[in-house]
Amino acid sequence: MTEITSQSLTELIKNIKEKKISSEEITKSFVVRSEKSKSLNSYITEDFSSALKKAKIFDAKPNFDLKLPGIPIAVKDLFCTNGLKTTAGSKILNNFVPTYESTVTQNIWNEGAILLGKLNCDEFAMGSSNETSFFGNVQNPIDKDLVPGGSSGGSASALAANLTPITIGTDTGGSIRQPASFTGTVGLKPTYGSCSRYGIVAFASSLDQAGPMSKNVKDCALLQEVISTYDIKDSTSIDFKRKNYFKELTKNIKGKKIGIPKEYRVDGMPNIIEELWTNGIEYAKNCGAEIVDISLPHTGYALPAYYIVAPAEASSNLARYDGVKYGFRSKGENLIDMYEKTRSEGFGDEVQRRIMIGTYVLSSGYYDAYYLKAQKVRKLIKNDFDEAYKKVDAILTPSTPSSAFKIGEKTNDPVSMYLNDIFTVPVNLSGLPAISIPAGVDAKGYPLGLQIIGKAFDEQNILNIAYAMEEKINFKNKITDWWIK
Amino acid sequence: MDKVNKINTDFLISREKNIYEVIIGLEVHAQVTSNSKLFSSSSAKFGAEPNTQVSLVDAAFPGMLPVINEFCVKQAIKTGIGLKAQINKRSVFDRKNYFYADLPQGYQISQFKHPIVGEGTVVLDMPNGQKEVGIERLHLEQDAGKSIHDIDPQHTMVDLNRSGVALMEIVSKPDLRSPDEVNVYIKKLRSIMRYLGTCDGNMQEGSLRADVNVSVRIKGTDKLGTRCEIKNVNSIKFMQMAINYEANRQVDLIEEGKSIAQETRLFDTKKNETRSMRSKEDAHDYRYFPDPDLLPLEVSDDFVEKIKSEIPELPDEKKKRFIEKFKLSPYEATILVSDIETSKYFEEVVENSDVKLATNWITGELFAVLNSKNLEISESPISSKNLSKLINLIKDGTISGKIAKTIFELMMDSDKDPQKIVEEKGLKQESDPKALEALIDKVIVDNPDKVKEYKSGKEKLFGFFVGQAMKDSNGKANPQLLNDILKKKL
Repeated sequence: MTEITSQSLTELIKNIKEKKISSEEITKSFVVRSEKSKSLNSYITEDFSSALKKAKIFDAKPNFDLKLPGIPIAVKDLFCTNGLKTTAGSKILNNFVPTYESTVTQNIWNEGAILLGKLNCDEFAMGSSNETSFFGNVQNPIDKDLVPGGSSGGSASALAANLTPITIGTDTGGSIRQPASFTGTVGLKPTYGSCSRYGIVAFASSLDQAGPMSKNVKDCALLQEVISTYDIKDSTSIDFKRKNYFKELTKNIKGKKIGIPKEYRVDGMPNIIEELWTNGIEYAKNCGAEIVDISLPHTGYALPAYYIVAPAEASSNLARYDGVKYGFRSKGENLIDMYEKTRSEGFGDEVQRRIMIGTYVLSSGYYDAYYLKAQKVRKLIKNDFDEAYKKVDAILTPSTPSSAFKIGEKTNDPVSMYLNDIFTVPVNLSGLPAISIPAGVDAKGYPLGLQIIGKAFDEQNILNIAYAMEEKINFKNKITDWWIK
Repeated sequence: MDKVNKINTDFLISREKNIYEVIIGLEVHAQVTSNSKLFSSSSAKFGAEPNTQVSLVDAAFPGMLPVINEFCVKQAIKTGIGLKAQINKRSVFDRKNYFYADLPQGYQISQFKHPIVGEGTVVLDMPNGQKEVGIERLHLEQDAGKSIHDIDPQHTMVDLNRSGVALMEIVSKPDLRSPDEVNVYIKKLRSIMRYLGTCDGNMQEGSLRADVNVSVRIKGTDKLGTRCEIKNVNSIKFMQMAINYEANRQVDLIEEGKSIAQETRLFDTKKNETRSMRSKEDAHDYRYFPDPDLLPLEVSDDFVEKIKSEIPELPDEKKKRFIEKFKLSPYEATILVSDIETSKYFEEVVENSDVKLATNWITGELFAVLNSKNLEISESPISSKNLSKLINLIKDGTISGKIAKTIFELMMDSDKDPQKIVEEKGLKQESDPKALEALIDKVIVDNPDKVKEYKSGKEKLFGFFVGQAMKDSNGKANPQLLNDILKKKL
């Protein structure tokens, strides 16, 4: 049998159901490996002893009808977990212990999974490299001093390093797909409204969406099936018929029309990305898909529109962190002074930058020129997709314009950092589902991902395409365990 | 002191050369009658221990999301229908962003560009006739918590019980012209909402408060002057005092050749003056934008129609019916319909008794008692059933009006059946002509001198004979009959 921590979710479930291994053995293996991997800094809060206890309880009275029987899982620290510190990667929530559970994590526990701990992320999910976290950088297990991407950097790192068999992240502008691409893993951003936002620390409410991250497409489908539920506690949750994504997964994508948008061939895109995309098109063809050239004319406006809408919502969503009710509070002479000190000491630079941008674009006199215009652009971008989907079933693009970069390489250049999201943000602005699958490596051997964008509520279709292409691509992540001495 | 003229209901301020009129618009904040809050399930009841009615949503914990309370939406639509207003099938909740310790989210969820209710009308019954006041809009919004500054000298305490409670902001057009009209307008709004059960209108508990916009202009001119907004005034009396002060202040400035600064002011109830709170330049930039946690609110025709079918008869319609059916004067009808409980009481009484007497007894004796005891009609010590019995006893001649007042006093203690009081105390009116003749004969026999005087022309003495006979009957003689017989006998 393969080493426990290298097994995929579906393998683990098979083995636990066949009683070849116990939940305790599995949990212990991930705990031991996580203990040895502290230098990756993937975790913010570990909950190992509690996880081991829960595993024992599961083994004493196992229920194998559940979808995630006795499976230990670490989750992004943006999901509120009852009784366990939830920081959103920020100093301002460094002491915050929720008394409630997010719907998405509750769904996971309801299916028998066990919480291992809370994973590092960019502060309030604002970042593309996990460098904005108050709890420090996360190492990409692919290579030393390489960022894992962001904002779900801790999740991607822990997953690629086999510290958790699967994980969940959140994706506001690419925060699941980009780190998945950087770490050679699979990440799905579901349709907006598919997964409840209840109990997830909000960044930009109209864009935020939780989603699964895994080592393969099958695991991804299973986890999506578990986390996607209609929830009356989230007014933007959508009551649509959810498929049994795992059960209905098929590699038969014969005749599926896959669109290739010319606007994604951006200036200065490295040859290696061009090559990756071309290969991806071949793989899709080999799977029996039909390739169709399409146009998404407003793509170029997506990034600026995103960097208006997201900060605008964030500036308001983060107003509640004021030192009055919970979280970090700095001493002040009076209320205003307390606010100013609390928020300038409690928030990091990137968060403050976005709050300022957001406050500016919503200000009277600028609202029409920025926020309103960005919302109009957003509509145009959505219309582009609607038009394209009259002709195709899915769209294939690269996930990111480059492979993972070095820690510190882009920290002083926010705009270059924002450019990381160029292929991912149009999807969030349109509320569509998209999956990133590993599809190759660059010259340095760093993974690169391909993105498959679907129609709204059509997760099954992009999972099927990903599943079919995954087999043809046959990507193997090279993790050398360099961080384990 | 400047002279304040009262011409009809207009409130005019006269100065050496000019006469000014006052333009008033009100933004009334009415708390929606509802068990739970606008976006959370915590109780909206008044008067609980601080911070005992606060959900995670109300306290804005991370990851908490608002979910609209359908009942509050119904209440707002109901109120809109009561204001004869346009109901908007699609409305949008926005975030009004500002920082304050009693505002946990850092924003108030309110409706800015697309309110749930549009233009409507309220009819005021003024002494010299009716006046229509335009309603600009009604929108739903969350209340903030309460900052308490006087418990601890060093700290401000925050009570979040009120945080998230549903309010209806009802914005009038600048159609009001005097403190008297403001008084009648507020009372009318309150009356409509009480009829509908959408707001209890209790000003002491803060269920009804208003921001008052005041400007002045020379009478006869069209252009509106610069207005000042007096924030959060919580009684009609204070609204009237604030308007009076503020209008005069503005007139003084104009007369001195100065300009009026558009600003927000506070009314100091102790000093009876308004003071600047913040200027237009210092005004908050609320950075309104649609709340991305909430989808636009869409209501169907069926939903609105169903609410319409549940609307009770409202004061204006009831007044019309009372005038037609009961032949009341407009003045009487206005009084009897002003409060839904009063109108109910009245209708219960007249169901079994005389309308004229019922009107007089309710607006006279009963109101006097309620006022002196500071009671609502729903707390009346005398039930409508027993009042109608009392009226019937008067009507059928069993008791006189005078005796009825005595019985009324006795009824107040225990809401006793007036019939029983009459029997127990032997207060039945003496209407037997023979018995009355005997009484009168005795008075005539006992006072031969007076009879002589009367007969020689001193007709004033008639009253003396009536009084004597009444006295001898212990006040129970039927006065009409007594008069008739006495006239014959003399």
